[in-house]
Amino acid sequence: MGQTLSEKILSQKAGRQVRAGEVVSVSPDYILSHDNSAAIIQEFREIGLEKLASPEKVVIILDHVVPAASEKHALNHKIIREFVKEQGLPHFFDIESGVCHQVFSEKGFALPGLLVVGSDSHTTTYGAFGTFAVGIGRTETASVWATDEVWLRVPETIKFVLEGKLNPGVMSKDLILRLIGDLGAEGANYKAVEFSGPAVGSLSLSSRMVMTNMAAEMGAKNGYFEPDELCLQWVESRAKRPFEPVYSDEDANYEAVYHYNLFEVEPCVACPHSVDNVKPVSAVAGTTIHQALIGTCTNGRVEDLEVAARILKKKRVSPGVRLLVLPASRDVYAEALSSGILETLYNAGAVILNPGCGPCLGAHMGILAPGEVALSTANRNFRGRMGSRDAFIYLASPATVAASTIEGRITDPRGYL
Amino acid sequence: MKGKVWKYGDNINTDVIFPGKYTYTLMPPEEMAKHALEDLDPEFASKVKPGDVVVAGRNFGCGSSREQAGSCLKAAGVQAVIAKSFARIYFRNAVNLGLPVIQCEAVVDALETGDEAEVDLGAGLVKTNKGDFVFPPFSASVIGILEAGGLIPYTRQKLKEKGLLK
Ligand code: SF4
Repeated sequence: MGQTLSEKILSQKAGRQVRAGEVVSVSPDYILSHDNSAAIIQEFREIGLEKLASPEKVVIILDHVVPAASEKHALNHKIIREFVKEQGLPHFFDIESGVCHQVFSEKGFALPGLLVVGSDSHTTTYGAFGTFAVGIGRTETASVWATDEVWLRVPETIKFVLEGKLNPGVMSKDLILRLIGDLGAEGANYKAVEFSGPAVGSLSLSSRMVMTNMAAEMGAKNGYFEPDELCLQWVESRAKRPFEPVYSDEDANYEAVYHYNLFEVEPCVACPHSVDNVKPVSAVAGTTIHQALIGTCTNGRVEDLEVAARILKKKRVSPGVRLLVLPASRDVYAEALSSGILETLYNAGAVILNPGCGPCLGAHMGILAPGEVALSTANRNFRGRMGSRDAFIYLASPATVAASTIEGRITDPRGYL
Repeated sequence: MKGKVWKYGDNINTDVIFPGKYTYTLMPPEEMAKHALEDLDPEFASKVKPGDVVVAGRNFGCGSSREQAGSCLKAAGVQAVIAKSFARIYFRNAVNLGLPVIQCEAVVDALETGDEAEVDLGAGLVKTNKGDFVFPPFSASVIGILEAGGLIPYTRQKLKEKGLLK
């Protein structure tokens, strides 16, 4: 019997044929961490080793609270900068860079066939490029720094066969929300999720990243698209190292296969307080919103800002609404700036924030007050995530968020495109 | 060493394994053991003996990522948790803490509270009064982590063997 992409990559790394269910000890190609590097450094010191095993594999990107929001955060960053210097780490990105997952991808670390571990649950994002990318804990990250080894269980795979095409005004965010709603927040627990089928070619790389990013919200260990021409062209120009694309065999074993016709997907919203509480926009249309966020590692790329700008062109954000726009990276910021997207959003009344995680995790730059309702393009709407425990977070596509800011309540974007 | 089986159902979440109200206080392991499974089986903590085995259905350890949900069972002396399936983060945390977690449907179906079981990690075998059951063996490295008592001691030990740490 053939192997899935995950089985193949882990077999290569383990140096033997492995199957779903086995546990392997492997050496990753890259190890990502962010502001939590300070905590990892502490654990690493506890091990007692002086030098990292493979400094060239370590990628540190400061993004969670940038620029530092308090003295505590500033000290955190300082500890990390000093460690980077002490260890001579070549891949360090300071506060100007953007959200780790976007920067990691743009800078050519997320490559087909590679094995990446990251101390962030949305490390799954890199599967958009055919990478086996998985989130691990802080303690584990310290141990990988020290030993260049991590243990992983080879996951079973759930396959989504995507057919048809998304209708205008419907985005890949709506599709992944629909899948999470159908499968549940634990529906893919410990599993790999493969997105395939004839519709994949019609999804941009940015749109694919939305889906692999949010695969984590159905419990998946990793999510991926097999690298196609579009992907290979994009990565070849920026690759930090050689790579070899890996594909699932035709006779690979899947635990389950689900078919979806993209024509049937409607704009969706994840309602408070869980990501699998998914409803069609029509079911919650009219809900008053106070804050809107377009950005984050889920939906802060140029195509996301662009669709928002198209909707908001020559329009005004409703007086009761604060629209925060958070480009995912410095590169995204630059492109949105030179193409006039940011100007359009600015003219509509948006506050443009610097690239980073910003208000996504409720640490700074747009905290919610009790009773307030936010509509966000992020990936999590857990209680208290963006500030007050008594606030309400709805998740939607950038198109839905943009259209809703005009009306001041949750709105179907299809009337605006 | 054979231990007594404590059997529970599906979707045992981390809140009933270790209540959230204790998570933001620093607690030594012995103290954590006193609250193990508190909201699921109030008898467990006072009656559990070193070497006992927790057996459960699907999705054991779902919910939050709190590591105490593993530490409290380990501190209570639980030899292993055997379940039909584990929530992903629970599984990783448990191994990294040195608590053996074994996925094996047949054992779970066969055993009831009060039965006896013993786990042989190296052989991939659960020996019980209802017969022996095989499970896919762990890799040498995972067995190593479990035997060392968790990931950090294991890492230290491995680095010492390689002469990288004194
Ligand atoms: S943008 Fe939000 S979800 Fe993404 S890495 Fe930052 S905090 Fe996490």
